[in-house]
Amino acid sequence: MEKYNNEQRMNRQMMLDKLFRNVTRMFAFLVLALLVGILISLVIGALPSIKAFGWQFFMTSDWDPVSQKFGALVPIYGTLATSLIALLIGVPVSFGIALFLTELCPTWLKRPLGIAVELLAGIPSIIYGMWGLFVFAPLFADHVQPMLIDNLGELPLIGFLFQGAPMGIGIFTAGLILAIMIIPFIASVMRDVFEVVPTLLKESAYGLGSTTWEVVRYVVLPYTKTGVVGGIMLGLGRALGETMAVTFVIGNSSNFATGLFEPGNSIASSLANEFAEASGELYLSSLIQLGLILFFITFVVLACSKMLLLRLKKQEGKAS
Amino acid sequence: MKQSIRLAASLVLTGAVVSGTAFAADITGAGATFPYPLYAKWAEAYKASSNNSMNYQSIGSGGGIKQIQSKTVDFGASDMPLKPEELAKSDLTQFPTVIGGVVPVYNLPGVAAGQIKFTGALLAEIFMGKVSKWNDPAIASLNPGVKLPEQKITVVRRSDGSGTTFIFTNYLSKVSSDWAGKVGSNTAVNWPTGVGGKGNEGVANYVTRIKGAIGYVEYAYAKQNKLSYGQLQNQAGSYVSPSEESFKASAGNADWKNAPGFYLILTNQPGKASWPISGATFILMHKKQDKPVQGSEALKFFDWAYKNGDKTALDLDYIPMPANVKATIRDSWKQITDNSGKAIWK
Repeated sequence: MEKYNNEQRMNRQMMLDKLFRNVTRMFAFLVLALLVGILISLVIGALPSIKAFGWQFFMTSDWDPVSQKFGALVPIYGTLATSLIALLIGVPVSFGIALFLTELCPTWLKRPLGIAVELLAGIPSIIYGMWGLFVFAPLFADHVQPMLIDNLGELPLIGFLFQGAPMGIGIFTAGLILAIMIIPFIASVMRDVFEVVPTLLKESAYGLGSTTWEVVRYVVLPYTKTGVVGGIMLGLGRALGETMAVTFVIGNSSNFATGLFEPGNSIASSLANEFAEASGELYLSSLIQLGLILFFITFVVLACSKMLLLRLKKQEGKAS
Repeated sequence: MKQSIRLAASLVLTGAVVSGTAFAADITGAGATFPYPLYAKWAEAYKASSNNSMNYQSIGSGGGIKQIQSKTVDFGASDMPLKPEELAKSDLTQFPTVIGGVVPVYNLPGVAAGQIKFTGALLAEIFMGKVSKWNDPAIASLNPGVKLPEQKITVVRRSDGSGTTFIFTNYLSKVSSDWAGKVGSNTAVNWPTGVGGKGNEGVANYVTRIKGAIGYVEYAYAKQNKLSYGQLQNQAGSYVSPSEESFKASAGNADWKNAPGFYLILTNQPGKASWPISGATFILMHKKQDKPVQGSEALKFFDWAYKNGDKTALDLDYIPMPANVKATIRDSWKQITDNSGKAIWK
């Protein structure tokens, strides 16, 4: 009798296990199906514009809804430029924050500072956008920009970056706001990975007479490079797709300009601006193609970071 | 496996029951954002007086046109009228509800509000970037006695597609052949210069932030945000300020009776007192109603609004249609029929 009971229970548990496995598998495949579904519907939506403009779409900067001529150069450039600026500013600062929090900060300050960084990550992006437009842009336009334009605008080679009217909004401001937005993400990932470095390793290095910088450079960073690159990519992914904050401060202009202070446009922000009122098949289709391009840019960035990580891992054996 | 299917099926069923709750048969509309505050107020008052409700979603004119074409709403709303041939293609009819004006606003420290005079041609040159300094002789010659600073002009325009942009660019196309040839008019155009703000509030914001900026917004926004707006020369050659009277003059002088499908854009209208950049906002309905009850309910709502809604409109800085135009509009409703061809409006 008892034996029979056991068997029954076993059967039931195996069944539950099977059910559990299938349900979780279904969820996992659901993600895959969603991804493929989005990709397919983007491609179908973009077909008319792909047919009409071909590769020209990537090389022209026309964005003319009246004569239905579209080119994506300006938004692509704006997306990449603002994200690059965001990384250039955001990565060193996040690195400093993470380093200070894990290596140098007195214990009583660690928690409040750490929580503050995490709280920054929770602020909705539109708040950053409004802050950028209402608070930062006027201050920047009145006090910083005229100085930069006067002093750096005449320089050879890099001077063109600093020319333009001091409006406070533009590519640079958008990049800066993005930097502020991605700092908490990168910093908290970096802090988390820095914290898992075994104390033994660090203490040994200190014992050998290393300075803090040397410990970070030769012990902490090699140990955590995967996590650090991952954190940076997380930030970059967010910067590429950020919409509202960028829309507020980038200036939304579809004229091509190389200056940092000139208004530009990003893919996400043109979509947010123009989708609702896009009239005509080609217009809508061009916008969808912009979305497709953003999809690819993000995909390529992620793929590159994965490859970078793989290469780093391979070299690990050689170095030591 | 069977159990997993059963589980999935029950999940789906629960979802269907929750989302499938039927709504009462109210009138629904979608479209232009510009008249949304007014339609919302009208709907509120209409509900109080008739107990029928009207549900309006301000998703933008483009969206409104798409929604009515796919018959998901009882009426669509657009700031840009559809051309008669487009109406015929989708078997739609349209009529105007209220009029709004677009005004040029500027931010020029040291120059008082309403002081600067523009001509249409000058506005076109400014928005093309050809006149790029405030002390340009083209501006100075129109404004003797005003101390114009040597400040760069920053053009501010809409970044999103908008009926406001359509009205403004339509005006510029009418007064400047250069503009008509190079830029043209639409809800969004390829702006030769300047920065783009999202929505009227976005443009209003940039203009107040950027010194030397010039932009265009709906009159209601300029008034409510106390932006300084300029005077504009109309077709008759006189300089007018934007006001209820000058918008009314523009609407009153228009020849609605002879405009098929009310396709009339109130820019550059004749009359000494007419403000040259105004435009009506429109309602779109199917000529043949699949659901005649819904259709006639919608018409009842607009009939009520024409009768009782003028004061609300004026309070919100919209200009009601003149009485004779309202009669013409009601006349036009006779062409809306049910599937058997019987008019639903009596």
